[in-house]
Amino acid sequence: MKRIISILLENESGALSRVVGLFSQRGYNIDTLTVAPTDDDTLSRLTLTTQGDDHMAEQIVKQLHKLIDTIKVVDLTVGPHIERELMLVKLKASDNDIRAEVKSCVEIFRGTIVDVTPNTYTVQLAGDSEKLDAFIEAVREIGIMEVVRSGVSGIARGDKFLRV
Amino acid sequence: MELLSGGDILIRALKDAGVKDVWGYPGGAALHIYDALYRQDDVFHILVRHEQAAVHAADGFSRATGEVGTALVTSGPGATNAITGIATAYMDSIPMVVISGQVPLSKIGQDAFQETDMVGVSRPIVKHSFLVTRAEDIAETIAKAYYIASTGRPGPVVVDIPKDVTDPSYKVAYEWPTETKMRSYQPTDKGHRGQIKRAVKTLLGAKRPVIYTGGGIVIDNAAEHLIALAKKLNFPVTNTLMGLGGYPGTDQQYLGMLGMHGTYEANTAMHHADVIFAVGARFDDRVTNDLEKFCPHATIIHVDVDPTTVSKNIEAHIPIVGTCTSVLTEMLSIAEQLDIEPDAEALAEWWQQIDQWRADKGIYTESRYEPSSGTCIKPQDVIKMLYKITGGEAIVTSDVGQHQMFAAQYYLFDKPRMWINSGGLGTMGFGLPAAMGCKRAFPDTDVACVTGEGSIQMCIQELSTCTQHNLPVKIINLNNAALGMVRQWQDMNYSSRYSESVYEDSLPDFVKLAEAYGHVGMKITHLDELEEKMRECFAMKDRTVFMDICVDRSEHVYPMQVPGGSMRDLWLNKTERA
Repeated sequence: MKRIISILLENESGALSRVVGLFSQRGYNIDTLTVAPTDDDTLSRLTLTTQGDDHMAEQIVKQLHKLIDTIKVVDLTVGPHIERELMLVKLKASDNDIRAEVKSCVEIFRGTIVDVTPNTYTVQLAGDSEKLDAFIEAVREIGIMEVVRSGVSGIARGDKFLRV
Repeated sequence: MELLSGGDILIRALKDAGVKDVWGYPGGAALHIYDALYRQDDVFHILVRHEQAAVHAADGFSRATGEVGTALVTSGPGATNAITGIATAYMDSIPMVVISGQVPLSKIGQDAFQETDMVGVSRPIVKHSFLVTRAEDIAETIAKAYYIASTGRPGPVVVDIPKDVTDPSYKVAYEWPTETKMRSYQPTDKGHRGQIKRAVKTLLGAKRPVIYTGGGIVIDNAAEHLIALAKKLNFPVTNTLMGLGGYPGTDQQYLGMLGMHGTYEANTAMHHADVIFAVGARFDDRVTNDLEKFCPHATIIHVDVDPTTVSKNIEAHIPIVGTCTSVLTEMLSIAEQLDIEPDAEALAEWWQQIDQWRADKGIYTESRYEPSSGTCIKPQDVIKMLYKITGGEAIVTSDVGQHQMFAAQYYLFDKPRMWINSGGLGTMGFGLPAAMGCKRAFPDTDVACVTGEGSIQMCIQELSTCTQHNLPVKIINLNNAALGMVRQWQDMNYSSRYSESVYEDSLPDFVKLAEAYGHVGMKITHLDELEEKMRECFAMKDRTVFMDICVDRSEHVYPMQVPGGSMRDLWLNKTERA
């Protein structure tokens, strides 16, 4: 089962490598990882996704919490949450039919074309991972030149929040 | 406010952290620090012969005293040599601070001379690590390092200090923090009261209980609390290799060690138990044998200070996160408040069963191994002799292998912090430097390093440190001229094909070797000399003595769990299975 784990981390050198190292050291996989400072620049917010059953997810959360630099750790998947990922896709788009098809596809997925050349379109798309996967499938035949995904960012729904 | 250089600040901070001894080895990146050491008298430095030994000695000191051990090494090879020692301490949750010199900040990443990314290299084997980038940060970092190392589940902390940060020409104000607080680190102390109450009720209702305790009891100084609870309940107790001494080895309620080389009575009782009360133990694979077959009838109560340990290998029915001391104290007070008595009738029956197991195939029955005779000295008998001559009062360190297991089985530790061994990592070479650390801490106590001719050669250079710093430890070398445990496995699993487990007459003359370092050497080849020579050895209070004792090479360590089996599936000797 896919897990989205959110971590509030001291924004210090070496902190990220401890989180990443923990995963390889304990034999867990990281599917996606995003990290950036928060409104408080002494803190980083890190979201990672991984696969695991309840036992493994519990161990991962506990192991992450044990790291000295982590302040808070939650498994967002246990409650209602919002998941977003940003994707940039560069597509081959030289003839008019294809350009029209891409545009309509982008519209359906509520994306934006952010760069245009005579031979390419670069599409920006945000959403949960399944939506981005679906877009990739929809345009695969057209000719994908490059895909860049940010990895998942997540936040709990409702009144819950992660803050020091 | 007083202005000090980074080097002076470091030493002052060590003093303020309560450090008296530092074990170390100098080198380029640490020279400012060593100069600061030279110019003061508060912190004493002990020069070892290899950085691995510095860390093991600091570790031994820590295990024997409960204080935080300190090692100091230089960058690059100094730092990497310390790694095995740090990993050893990490696996056994030993509080320790290792300070490493680093190349100057401007050289980091340049592949400078003796540069190693120490924070990176040590990352998986430390509780935490710091790279100090400003002299202004040294005191606070040192305070944090000692705080982190010694609280929660203890462990080693690395502080890596680039050379320019200790530059004598740059001086800043020194201030020792009055309080260390970290928003990201708040270890749990007290366990959940509701869970503790549940645990007590479960214990009081138990018919076939076993208390299974590990190193946590020793580390948290919880032996008294454990004894009080075990006595109140009249429950049998077994200790892990790391937990020996946590419960008195000579007490009637003690079943001996459990696990791979645990006693028949301890392992069999565990298998049949209806309640297992695990305290400060971690259900290590050297204890449980096959997890699927582990204690099929038992309700598991698991107390540990580290939440990741609880339900990691074996799912706990009643998990409790808290220190051994606080949880046991609370359990005892709840047990006294509750108006329930343990089930005396069921316990009487359980004890009868256990006593039967003890009498039938117990480890301390006379017939468990062939007795020594003449030139065939059994290693078990050497340990028994050591126990007899030291009156069970020595601190015993060990290396890793058969001798370690024999010592664990046959030296009965009545008090904690008397058995000092590398349990988790299994580091050969640990014994002698660890013994130095213990001797430094307790100069008036006998310190015996039980070792083998394989292990001792991994840190034998430290005989020189014993000379320089007057550390009169006793080395009990169970010399079977083979890597005994490897050989045992080769006997049992590889049709006695002794691949690289023998030395083919290349062993040194240990007597001459000891003498070369200025110590006393003794060689014992006949049973008749053993007692007298060993008495002589321990009578020489101010001398390091190397007792090279030739023991039976064919001897195996038993009991031994059958791989893939349950706790009670044991080899009791070469042909008999339980």
